[in-house]
Amino acid sequence: MALSYLRSSSSRSANLLRPLSSAASLRRPISTDTTPITIETSVPFTSHQCEAPSRSVETNPSELLTFFRDMALMRRMEIAADSLYKAKLIRGFCHLYDGQEAVAVGMEAAITKKDCIITAYRDHCTFVGRGGTLLEVFAELMGRQAGCSKGKGGSMHFYKKDSNFYGGHGIVGAQVPLGCGLAFAQKYSKDESVTFALYGDGAANQGQLFEALNISALWDLPAILVCENNHYGMGTAEWRAAKSPAYYKRGDYVPGLKVDGMDALAVKQACKFAKEHALKNGPIILEMDTYRYHGHSMSDPGSTYRTRDEISGIRQERDPIERVRKLVLSHDLATEKELKDIEKEVRKEVDDAIAQAKESPMPEPSELFSNVYAKGLGAESFGADRKEVRATLA
Amino acid sequence: MLGVVRKKMLGQSLLKIRPAVSVLRSYSSSAKHMTVRDALNSALDEEMSADQKVFLMGEEVGEYQGAYKISKGLLEKYGPERVLDTPITEAGFAGIAVGAAYHGLKPVVEFMTFNFSMQAIDHIINSAAKSNYMSAGQMSVPIVFRGPNGAAAGVGAQHSQCYAAWYASCPGLKVLTPYSSEDARGLLKAAIRDPDPVVFLENELLYGESFSVSDEVLDSSFCLPIGKAKIERVGRDVTITAFSKMVGHALKAAEILEKDGIDAEVINLRSIRPLDRSTINASVRKTNRLITAEEGFPQHGVGAEICASVVEESFAYLDAPVERIAGADVPMPYAANLERLAVPQVEDIVRAAKRACYRSVPLAAAA
Repeated sequence: MALSYLRSSSSRSANLLRPLSSAASLRRPISTDTTPITIETSVPFTSHQCEAPSRSVETNPSELLTFFRDMALMRRMEIAADSLYKAKLIRGFCHLYDGQEAVAVGMEAAITKKDCIITAYRDHCTFVGRGGTLLEVFAELMGRQAGCSKGKGGSMHFYKKDSNFYGGHGIVGAQVPLGCGLAFAQKYSKDESVTFALYGDGAANQGQLFEALNISALWDLPAILVCENNHYGMGTAEWRAAKSPAYYKRGDYVPGLKVDGMDALAVKQACKFAKEHALKNGPIILEMDTYRYHGHSMSDPGSTYRTRDEISGIRQERDPIERVRKLVLSHDLATEKELKDIEKEVRKEVDDAIAQAKESPMPEPSELFSNVYAKGLGAESFGADRKEVRATLA
Repeated sequence: MLGVVRKKMLGQSLLKIRPAVSVLRSYSSSAKHMTVRDALNSALDEEMSADQKVFLMGEEVGEYQGAYKISKGLLEKYGPERVLDTPITEAGFAGIAVGAAYHGLKPVVEFMTFNFSMQAIDHIINSAAKSNYMSAGQMSVPIVFRGPNGAAAGVGAQHSQCYAAWYASCPGLKVLTPYSSEDARGLLKAAIRDPDPVVFLENELLYGESFSVSDEVLDSSFCLPIGKAKIERVGRDVTITAFSKMVGHALKAAEILEKDGIDAEVINLRSIRPLDRSTINASVRKTNRLITAEEGFPQHGVGAEICASVVEESFAYLDAPVERIAGADVPMPYAANLERLAVPQVEDIVRAAKRACYRSVPLAAAA
């Protein structure tokens, strides 16, 4: 039975249309129910140089529950990372993604693991979306052997090549040409897959982005540039950094789409649209209107350049997890208790992973010298005191 | 300290029998010759033919046949999908090439000169060199960055810098500096086959020079090992290390020194990173004297690293202070006379070798 409802925006969710038959006992197990449902995005898409896709998105109970669970997991993971950082178990840089979960989750729903994703340093949730485990995340953050980069990368350098996740980059903007290069390789190998290169509103002004976009457009590369516009580049608001903060239009001759990045279904629709476009017509830009609750990094309180009212306002009106919760409840796909149970499960998963990560040892000292090269050729390398510590690179 | 015991009587060298090993260029009628340009072109051609994943990108590499004609004929042979003309945007295209390497292709990126590589240096260092380490081995980057390096003739300060020292200081990179056609073929083929990022520093003034090449060198499977220096001329009195164009200068200096009874050993480094410290040290332990020759700026240069290595590893064997010959410590001037003063000349190497042999004052006629 196909159920379709017109959805108004989430802020007025209290007065939604309820289904006429409330056959809770006849409901199929939600985790496997793929009965199609059509839901409208919060706002229509705004387009540049192209025709916007429809705001009616096809989904199903299973997918919505997966969205809820995955986003709740990501949220819990990032909040746990905040505590670990304050407990000094995580050092250096730690850039948290809470608030932006819908982008990671909506994107995965539209693509396969043959498609590539590359992002900057706010990469923990994107990594999990690509199949990375919580243990790999927490162990890497704490610099342990069980980490996805065996403790040698840290927060900004998560990779999962077997599911085409290429990092994890610390230099603002560098990941965009790299992403266009991934798309080049996909086209070269006739893969019929695409690359999503994610960057922030701060990186959107980088020159190398335009260099890479120019080449991608000239060579028809299947590159999708995704601006995760959380409106602040570090501590600088977008209107102070960009003469034109309409990032979806900045491609000029490259088409663009502005998307509500807090709406996982809108993200899914946009990514599906972009993939079809990129395979036929070359590069396209997606601007995800999103928000981060934390500051730029753990060293930034995030409240000196924006008001607490703004942050709590977004949490109230646009939180991506709350949006999906309301959808699930209003469509009678699960009860409040079931959703709370999922959140409890997820919390336990995170706690277990942290405990396990804490058990993982730090790398052996010999790992200082491993992986400098893929093929070491027996070259020498040295420690701080070269007469004391030297190694032969395998 | 064994220095006193090792002090050689240089006068005896006049009576020494010269070793039978001859210098590189012997002209027999059946010897084949090849310019460095053709050597590079043939290496690219063969590697592109052998491996579908190898492709070439850079400014003017395709339709123009290469700014220095190194890629002549390749567009016609391999098509525009594998020989790509780029816009003049080094940061963009170097980043794209590194991304392609992440995904498993084998890009050869041409910089019209390495001066322009500075626009892309973040991708060479942070995106390419460090990735295998940061990812604990997941992300290897089989890319080659190649092009002319160092001084040409009369091109001024912004177009004449040598980047060997900068790139060679970075772990994760391999840095190669061919001199002869044999070097050009063998090292470029090795670089393309290598799974790590390689910076391949050519020299514009060497492109047109012709060298004899054996049948082995001409074979398509020919490859030279990365990280091994070549002793171009065996000697007993002083070690001269050089790379790229300076190898030719060092060999000429050796011929001049021979007339004065100084038998120089010339080492063609071939590889700046990994640096063949063992060949260099073994040579200095034999000759007890070291001259390093390079085109680039002297401070923190390649010669500085070599001198430090020899002082650390072979201090007891040195009979004279280590000597460095390098480019002048100034931006490259344009006027021909100043340019000549800014770049090492053969006589600079000769003079330094004589100093190291305590022969700075011309000898009275030998008895």
